[in-house]
Amino acid sequence: MKNHALSKKQKKNLIRITAALVAFAAIFIADKIVHLGGVFEGGAAWVFPFLLYLAVYLLIGYDVLWRAIRNIAHGQIFDENFLMCVATLGAFALAIFRGATGQEIEGFDEACAVLLFYQVGEFFQDYATARSRKSISALMDIRPDYANVLRGGKAEKTDPSEVKIGEIIVVNPGEKVPLDGVVVKGRSALDTKALTGESLPRDIGEGDEIVSGCVNVTSQLEVRVVKEFYDSTVSKILEMVENASEQKSKAENFITKFAKYYTPIVCAAALLLAVIPGLITSDWSAWVYRALSFLVVSCPCALVISIPLSFFAGIGAASRYGILIKGSNYLEKFHYAKTFVFDKTGTLTKGNFAVAKISPESKADEILRLAAIAERDSGHPIARSIAERYAKDVESGYTLTNVAGEGIIAEKAGSKIFCGNEKLMEQNGIAYTKESDLGTVVYVAENGEFIGSVLIRDEIKPEAKQVIGSLNGMGCKTVMLTGDNEAIAKNVAEEIGLTEYRASLLPQNKVEEVEKLLSEKGGKDALCFVGDGINDAPVLMRSDIGIAMGGVGSDAAIEASDIVLMKDDLKGLPLAKRIAKKTMAIVFENIVFSLVIKIAILILSAFGIANMWVAVFGDVGVAVLAILNAMRVNSKYTAEQCPDNTARRQKV
Amino acid sequence: MKKVFQLEDLDCANCAAKMERAIAKIDGVDSVSISFMAQRMAIEADEARFDEIMERVAKACKKVEPDCRIVR
Repeated sequence: MKNHALSKKQKKNLIRITAALVAFAAIFIADKIVHLGGVFEGGAAWVFPFLLYLAVYLLIGYDVLWRAIRNIAHGQIFDENFLMCVATLGAFALAIFRGATGQEIEGFDEACAVLLFYQVGEFFQDYATARSRKSISALMDIRPDYANVLRGGKAEKTDPSEVKIGEIIVVNPGEKVPLDGVVVKGRSALDTKALTGESLPRDIGEGDEIVSGCVNVTSQLEVRVVKEFYDSTVSKILEMVENASEQKSKAENFITKFAKYYTPIVCAAALLLAVIPGLITSDWSAWVYRALSFLVVSCPCALVISIPLSFFAGIGAASRYGILIKGSNYLEKFHYAKTFVFDKTGTLTKGNFAVAKISPESKADEILRLAAIAERDSGHPIARSIAERYAKDVESGYTLTNVAGEGIIAEKAGSKIFCGNEKLMEQNGIAYTKESDLGTVVYVAENGEFIGSVLIRDEIKPEAKQVIGSLNGMGCKTVMLTGDNEAIAKNVAEEIGLTEYRASLLPQNKVEEVEKLLSEKGGKDALCFVGDGINDAPVLMRSDIGIAMGGVGSDAAIEASDIVLMKDDLKGLPLAKRIAKKTMAIVFENIVFSLVIKIAILILSAFGIANMWVAVFGDVGVAVLAILNAMRVNSKYTAEQCPDNTARRQKV
Repeated sequence: MKKVFQLEDLDCANCAAKMERAIAKIDGVDSVSISFMAQRMAIEADEARFDEIMERVAKACKKVEPDCRIVR
């Protein structure tokens, strides 16, 4: 907390509060020792302590008094400044009344202290909200201040918004990448932590696309700009973060509504409490005093401030792990998410094909060599996956013949390679061993003799199984939607541990499936759709919460979804779920805690058990405690809670 | 038309809620959302009369919290 600088206004207030506290303590102690009321003799003995306390009161409360007067002029009656003034001035009046009627002189200290502690509480509230605001807006640090544009062979410092598409910018080590672009010169490492929460730098080189907001770490880069600033990743993210608090949660709306009625009701109760028993018992001063305590407790600020603060902190905590949540309502809804619907390709699987199996294993090199020769000219993902796996120079000089729907025949003197599916083998009368595992199978034969087969499959993301497991463990239903056939879908679903799957879906069927699932779920539960943001905008919109993965660089995903996982890593889901759970728990605690304490203090004051000291705790004490509690949301999500090592590394 | 404004010196969460209610009642305002934490106001209002509406919005804010300023 020490490193947080106070604003000018806060500093001034702090000095004033400290001075008032010291003065108050001095007078209070002096009063207890020498009894200030006895310094002067006679009927006006109360005037001396009154004046001393009044001086402190004015020092600490002149702004509150001024605001109260100004607000009455504006017709704002149930304003907290006004309530505090009525309560404290009322307490003074009561004490003067006691003094003037010759009773024991007391109550001045209390009137003064109530306002003093009110100010202490206000100061703390202000400090805490400013601090939390600051720690969360650290995310705004991704905004680049300038861009170095190469113009006429020289690097010029300009505003990023003035750089046009196609211009070349220079990014020095330690600088932020100001605009989205493609590297044209240089190799370096990029720190994407501010965007994705990923702490390992990413190596990049010529031809790689880079996004704005990353920090260049090792060496100078020249980048060709591909997007204007308003359209760049940084702008999109900032826009989203800045608008995040617009969408309010039900809890927030409930509490502001509650506050609207709470204050007038308590004030009315205070009035009744003063008048009715006062008329009956004629003990006016006791009942007025109790009524004044009511006014102190009637301020709704503790409630009203702690709820949005909790949500704000929750959104901030999530953003530190590269999880962007578009509004507190989505954080709230996500807590009730019971059904997770996943798109298969690109979400549960990497969406790129890779060689999963070669049989027989003993002839793997030979099989790959022959397949690579046959597939060398093809740009098909399957051909590329074979070349990637082979990773050696491919023999040339072969004549390649493409047999549509079957495969490729490659010919050279003394060698004729058949590379393709079952049909190609059958058409050419080659006896082959059938590969029974699921996936795309490429059979390879040379000179009419079967050599072996390569099984190619879309790779399942390494974290998928663990993530689905923990979501299932949280009592969620996990459903996969895919256009693949039943057999492949079943295989993947079983391997990852999904509770359900829907196979052979056309893109338009996905919306129908989601609608069916929406009608099946319970009233309060929410349905999340998790996709990679490509071609699934309608489903993202239709579901209660649309979650897009790998948001960096994908505008469409950022726009269509409610939650964006900036890092293409499913582990963000259980983490976000945990943050949502903690936020909601704290929101609930704060609502219950504040209400219970306030109501308890109201009852106790009505019976004269609690005095005004307790009442002021009921106002500012509760507010401060609720704020401290809210700040727990933004605590570190430690390694045990964080499902990978990233957090552990960050902590070191 | 929808616009977002920064609010300066918005000190009390309950005032933000009060302002929101007061602004929502202004003729021509379709929707308004004030975030105390972000110190921002998002307002959607009739484009043709936007400036005039904003004058009334500023007045309504002043009435609730005189210190608060809308940055325009």
